[in-house]
Amino acid sequence: MAAPKKGRKASAQSKPGRSLALILIAIAALTGGMFASGHTTPRLGIDLAGGTSITLRAEAEPGQESAINKTNMDTAVQIMERRVNGLGVSEAEVQTQGDKNIIVNIPKGTDSKQARDQVGTTAKLYFRPVLQREASGGAAQPTPSASPSGSPSASPSGSSAKDPAKSTGSATPSATATTQGRAVTGGLKADTSPSPSAGADGDVAKLQAAYTALDCSKPAQRADAGKDAKPGEATVACGKDGEVWTKFLLGPVAVDGTEVKDAQASFDTTRAAGWQVDMKFTGTGSKKFADITGELSKQQSPQNEFAIVLDDEVVSHPYVQQAITGGNAQISGSFTQEEAKSLANMLSYGALPLTFSEDSVTTVTAALGGEQLEAGLIAGAIGLALVVIYLLVYYRGLSIIAILSLLVSAALTYTIMSLLGPTIGFALNLPAVCGAIVAIGITADSFIVYFERVRDEIREGRSLRPAVERAWPRARRTILVSDFVSFLAAAVLFIVTVGKVQGFAFTLGLTTLLDVVVVFLFTKPLLTLLARTKFYGGGHPWSGLDPKRLGARPPLRRTRRPSAPIETKEA
Amino acid sequence: MSKLGNLGARLHRGEVGYDFVRNRKLWYGISILITITAIVGLAVRGLNMGIEFQGGAVFNTPKTTVSVAQAQEIAEEASGHDAIVQKLGGGDKATLRIQVAGIDTKQADKVSAEIADKLGVSENDVTGELVGPSWGEQIANKAWQGLGIFLILVVIYLAIAFEWRMALAAFVALIHDITITVGIYALVGFEVTPGTVIGLLTILGYSLYDTVVVFDSLKEQTKDITKQTRWTYSEIANRSINGTLVRSINTTVVALLPVAGLLFIGGGFLGAGMLNDISLSLFVGLAAGAYSSIFIATPLVADLKEREPQMKALKKRVLAKRAQTAAEGPATDVPADDELYDDEPEDTAAAVVGPRNQPASRTRGRNRPSGKRR
Repeated sequence: MAAPKKGRKASAQSKPGRSLALILIAIAALTGGMFASGHTTPRLGIDLAGGTSITLRAEAEPGQESAINKTNMDTAVQIMERRVNGLGVSEAEVQTQGDKNIIVNIPKGTDSKQARDQVGTTAKLYFRPVLQREASGGAAQPTPSASPSGSPSASPSGSSAKDPAKSTGSATPSATATTQGRAVTGGLKADTSPSPSAGADGDVAKLQAAYTALDCSKPAQRADAGKDAKPGEATVACGKDGEVWTKFLLGPVAVDGTEVKDAQASFDTTRAAGWQVDMKFTGTGSKKFADITGELSKQQSPQNEFAIVLDDEVVSHPYVQQAITGGNAQISGSFTQEEAKSLANMLSYGALPLTFSEDSVTTVTAALGGEQLEAGLIAGAIGLALVVIYLLVYYRGLSIIAILSLLVSAALTYTIMSLLGPTIGFALNLPAVCGAIVAIGITADSFIVYFERVRDEIREGRSLRPAVERAWPRARRTILVSDFVSFLAAAVLFIVTVGKVQGFAFTLGLTTLLDVVVVFLFTKPLLTLLARTKFYGGGHPWSGLDPKRLGARPPLRRTRRPSAPIETKEA
Repeated sequence: MSKLGNLGARLHRGEVGYDFVRNRKLWYGISILITITAIVGLAVRGLNMGIEFQGGAVFNTPKTTVSVAQAQEIAEEASGHDAIVQKLGGGDKATLRIQVAGIDTKQADKVSAEIADKLGVSENDVTGELVGPSWGEQIANKAWQGLGIFLILVVIYLAIAFEWRMALAAFVALIHDITITVGIYALVGFEVTPGTVIGLLTILGYSLYDTVVVFDSLKEQTKDITKQTRWTYSEIANRSINGTLVRSINTTVVALLPVAGLLFIGGGFLGAGMLNDISLSLFVGLAAGAYSSIFIATPLVADLKEREPQMKALKKRVLAKRAQTAAEGPATDVPADDELYDDEPEDTAAAVVGPRNQPASRTRGRNRPSGKRR
């Protein structure tokens, strides 16, 4: 038999060694990575491994006790669920308990402190114009322009090319400690927003006094500053500029955080500003934002700045040089990656309708005793052993390839899942374990389809090597079409759904992809290689490819028969 | 074993084979019967939704020495529902959190008293509160939405990759599998947990997968069907089922064995539990999926295809030709031969197995791996 090299397109067919080497290197790399990262087992969900249970209690604002109702609690549950389980793979559970409590269960191995910060934060976000600011606590130092936070500047992102590139090297002029009474009064009353501006001068004076008295370096005062500020009124607030606490006197809310449609953390490479949060506003939000930035760009520093106030604390106060239109804005400050991500996460999913305080944090044991997982694994192992026996009996020598393929598939799945634990918080629950066991069947199906094709070709009277090559294109098409259906299910469910269903979709998509990878890069090349051996190629009775056993008939060629296509159209 | 091997070969050549399509009325009947039973079960008994979907009550006990398993038994006895028991905190200060589904405020007090009594603690120390669902309406709605979008897309995809009749048949088979599985749940009375839902979704993917594999072979076999006058569409459909039968059986066995292990071995060890919930839905669904891909989907396609004028004409031609052959000489029975695309009746005498089901328009020798040197 001539070597099947004529007119081959895919290198996988003529160079089986290469694909095999590739997949083995991939397994080695993944395994190495797994051991290097120290996460040698997949992270398990609460049902299997237990975790931490956080109880949060809704706090009523004075005079607003009616806010704690079922609707608001359900909304809060939904938002927390999204925050703590953004991708749907972390297996966190959120539910109400009684009338005022929400329980959040997070699996073992999750960063519980981060989770606590995320679920408990109200994330009320406001954009307010800055009227005055000065360093607070200790000596009134000028704003440290050399600090990493430098001067955050708001910049239009992704807007039209008409905007000239801005140099942002300019340091914000430091705030003078002189009170600019007149300007402030004007600012307090300036109608920069559709909301009614602050009322009588009495209020202004009171606020001015509060501002003067405020010392942001004292935690108690900090916590209290601007606590019951109404969106339509001016307020005071604290913020951190690098290492220095700064106090702010802020105008009425210009844009509300609910106007933020979507937010993402990104790493800014162009201006070396480090991690930042990109925001997209809704339609009305864009307009309001353009108005306020246009207004501010005409002012002197610090009144050309707007403060981004999150839960009564100023996270950033960029200055504006021109109106920002286009509905995109960035918050840049001295964020770490974690901070930027969690802020973006909170902005995307919205503010909680209620304020919560942490009631208790305890560990919880697995909801399904460990014996469930153990029994599941034992039963799965027994089932697998039966599968192996069945394959051995039916496919004989070929089953070696099947079993090796299953092993490769299992190794890939296991290592990838272990590595996904620390990277995206992937946790495996009992249903997912069962799903993985079923996925074995789907993986096995791929090579059963292929083997049956090969055997059919042998029955046609071909010898093994051409049979292997001719069977492949058709088997490949079947495998791709049916795997595409599975992958479509996974993709749609992953995009549309939330929570556990999304986690399931992720697992399904992963196993489907791996199925294709294993068949293409392992099963097929291995069979091509083995077809060259005497045992298989010669059709040994135990090879599972014995033409006699398969009932092949000697090819009597009477006429020239059209031969089968090798390159079939891929679906 | 050799018998099996031979059977595969004979199936492949169409020498043996079961007429799945001819008896389709019987299969439809069986399926309709099971489906009706399932729907009646659903209507009468309804589904027993777990705490994750409908909420329930949670009882917190003071520290206790009772083990989790014992507490679970006590709670299930007191309430008549499945209970989830977790230890809170560690060491000997651990308290228990017991969650029970399907309980309202009135029952909660009674159950709470019973739990306190059994654990030997004062009734005031066991706090009972109602908990909301952790699998809330939003998750459920989004799941439905995702399912709907997926079904629409998959029908469109199958209609493009195959044809609308196959898309329709695959869809019917899918609904059939899901109805049967859900119905069995209602009849057995197992609690529906998120695990069950995940199991159902797994089946959905698998059932389609299975059907698509059979359809793929059907499509290939019927590519140039109108260019021959030997077989009707139904007969070819039947052959394609028989041709993929070995694969279908093997795949089903390989998929069902581990799940059967989970269901019978795992369930046998532990009695009821999450494992049982999931593996039952998987087992029933996989079995239904394998059944429907062979007995429902393909015969349904044949049914729909036979209504096409083209196919009707083909059937006429085939029958006419057979009558003619029979008249010419009884010696040539319809031979068991694979030449589907052979228009010359004389050729049938030589029982030669040629390459199966290939359209006649082929450039010869292209990409022939063998190089044909013997």
